[in-house]
Amino acid sequence: MTALAGKYKKLKDLHPEEAITPGTGLCAGCGGLDGLRLALKELGENVLICNAAGCFTLLSVYPFTPLKGSWLYTTMGAPVPAAQGVRDALDIRLQHRELPDKEDLLVMTVAGDGSSNDIGLGATSAALHRNLDFIYFCYDNEAYGNTGFQLSAASPYGSATQTAPNTEFHPAGTEFFKKDLFEIWKAQKPTYIATVSPREPIDLSNKFAKAKTMSGSRMFICMSPCPTGWGFDPKESDLIAKLAVDTGMFPIKEYFEGQVTHTKRPQRRLPVEKFLQRQKRFRHLFEPECRHDIIENIQSHVDEYWSHYE
Amino acid sequence: MKTDNKIMLTGNKAAAWGARMAQVEYVPAFPITPQTEIVETLAQWFADGTLQGKFTNMDSEHSMFMAAGAAAATGVRVFTASSSQGILHGMESLYTITGWRVPLVLVNVSRALATPITLEPDHNDVMSTRDCGLIQLHAETCQEIFDFILIGHKIAENPQVCLPVLVNMDGFYLSFTREPVLIPDKKTILKFLPLFEPVYPVFQASQPMARASAVFGGSTYSYFKMQHNLAAHHAEKVFNDATAEFSELFGRTYEPAEKFHMDDADFVFVMSNSFATKGKAAVLKLRQQGIKAGLLKIRLFRPFPVAFIAQALCGHERVAVIDQNLAPGMGGITYPEIVSSLYPYENRPKKIVSVIGGLGGKDITESDFMSIIDHMKNSDSKTPLYLFDQEDQRAFQRIQKIANVKKEVSSS
Ligand SMILES: Cc1ncc(C[n+]2csc(CCOP(=O)(O)OP(=O)(O)O)c2C)c(N)n1
Ligand code: SF4
Repeated sequence: MTALAGKYKKLKDLHPEEAITPGTGLCAGCGGLDGLRLALKELGENVLICNAAGCFTLLSVYPFTPLKGSWLYTTMGAPVPAAQGVRDALDIRLQHRELPDKEDLLVMTVAGDGSSNDIGLGATSAALHRNLDFIYFCYDNEAYGNTGFQLSAASPYGSATQTAPNTEFHPAGTEFFKKDLFEIWKAQKPTYIATVSPREPIDLSNKFAKAKTMSGSRMFICMSPCPTGWGFDPKESDLIAKLAVDTGMFPIKEYFEGQVTHTKRPQRRLPVEKFLQRQKRFRHLFEPECRHDIIENIQSHVDEYWSHYE
Repeated sequence: MKTDNKIMLTGNKAAAWGARMAQVEYVPAFPITPQTEIVETLAQWFADGTLQGKFTNMDSEHSMFMAAGAAAATGVRVFTASSSQGILHGMESLYTITGWRVPLVLVNVSRALATPITLEPDHNDVMSTRDCGLIQLHAETCQEIFDFILIGHKIAENPQVCLPVLVNMDGFYLSFTREPVLIPDKKTILKFLPLFEPVYPVFQASQPMARASAVFGGSTYSYFKMQHNLAAHHAEKVFNDATAEFSELFGRTYEPAEKFHMDDADFVFVMSNSFATKGKAAVLKLRQQGIKAGLLKIRLFRPFPVAFIAQALCGHERVAVIDQNLAPGMGGITYPEIVSSLYPYENRPKKIVSVIGGLGGKDITESDFMSIIDHMKNSDSKTPLYLFDQEDQRAFQRIQKIANVKKEVSSS
């Protein structure tokens, strides 16, 4: 089986209800928040979010919550074990304590790329091993955003972060390539994995609509343009998200029943510069002199990826 | 009084039986010596249908405590167990879930902390949880372990407490020692501890809520901490009420601390856990020799029963607080708590000395208790007294010597 049939064709088909109301403490133009908003439109209100320490922790600041569903702040490393505990308890009550089915919740984890790739990965791997019945939403802003934009294992090669600054001796800033979380998760064969972009709302909504009908571990990585950390004007958030896809730097795909399908293929991939040059975190690749060598490494890395699929 | 079933159980088995008779519904688990027998036993009972609910093998104690707390917030009766490095590994989660104000019981089987790594007991592991806001009950016998688990669930689930309860036992000395344990009948236990019915909203679709939200500003943070503190203090009254009811139903009475030959005692040992049994034997021996010794065994360690302890110790001449833990650079961890409990009272003991022993499972012998008496008598004895003597030094040198001999051989 290849890509699952999508239920939405046009923007105006999308679910009209919002499960996350406006007015949060997050930055203007936060791509991750846009992604979560679209996801929750699809998943609805009977959702419990187990949240990891990160930017999104500030969604619920006492005594407010923008969510129509439930929320449990955990720690940076253990949002998934919390999801396990809630899921187990609901199952026990459904099975032995006469909890009506309509009281069941969709259990969800919302965590940043730092939590997902680094401190929380072991616990997530354990949950995948147990095939925990939940949805995982990783908003990928490619760094530890909440603490002021330090390196995470998802920070891309060539980007400057607070703890991987570009210097004369380290011209690239970040010297490693981004961890391939999609492939790491895939090695454990969860029910479903998808990458999504807030700039591709129909693709995103179709994927969450599908995931909602499944059980087991359903894993999402949402590309999350971050004006504050990446250094661009908040109004350009959509453009940045679009360029990430059009340059092929952020492949939009899904994994289901052993198959990986690219659901939004860039028609003709744009050169990576188009994405890089609009962001402060890559400025050192262009000024004071153009670092063709580093940009070329980034381009080759992207080309290498697509050489398997084009 | 119902004493239906008296069986020989190790401390670990007694803990598993406690969880079983409390009809716990959820056990997230991770093995660690000397605790493992508890979760193995429960795994078997969930697997063969003796217990209804779910046993989940977790990937670490950090994950385990988190799952335990989250399940408690979702309305089931939760039990788990750990020890030593497991407690340290899970510490972040322990602080997190106590702040969630959720009821559950966890057993800690005390084992000394690395480094150096060892399997044998002391109390630095349980003391590390001292300030994280859970309730602590310390057991001397296998019967106490069993009873404290029932009492623990009752305290944890009290609507004015809503906190995890930790029941402590010593590794090896109690975890692997068989003692007769009375297992009351199910019906009477149900009277004391009915099936868990949460009083406050728990996670389910009709009750959307945000829990553990971030706070800004010290006032909001302090408010929640003050609430937590009040609940923890209130747990002393809840403990007393619960143990009174327990005594009526089962015939065993538990005060926050046990007074052993205290009435006329001039010399008092303050102890806890299984080594209190050794202390009691020493008291009897000393009394045969005409020395009026007594012992105060602390059961309820959090909340610290300040007034009860002050009342028990005031009027006695000399007190030795025996800590089986060490805060390097300071000394024993419970000593300052006892001293500060006594400070406001004019008739407080003339001399309160600190003793540190039993580290890493080192025995506290009869002669050790004699030297503690001498230490209490000695008017200029400096506190603390470390129970590490010439014999211990020689024992250490013996093993060093073995290594040195090898070294000489290889270098020659
Ligand atoms: C155990 C622990 N270590 C460090 C922190 C500090 N901390 C809070 S948020 C954060 C960064 C989280 O990064 P990420 O998961 O990428 O989410 P983002 O902040 O980007 O939203 C860090 C390091 C913490 N809360 N807990
Ligand atoms: S720092 Fe970035 S990811 Fe975090 S809230 Fe702001 S825009 Fe969103």
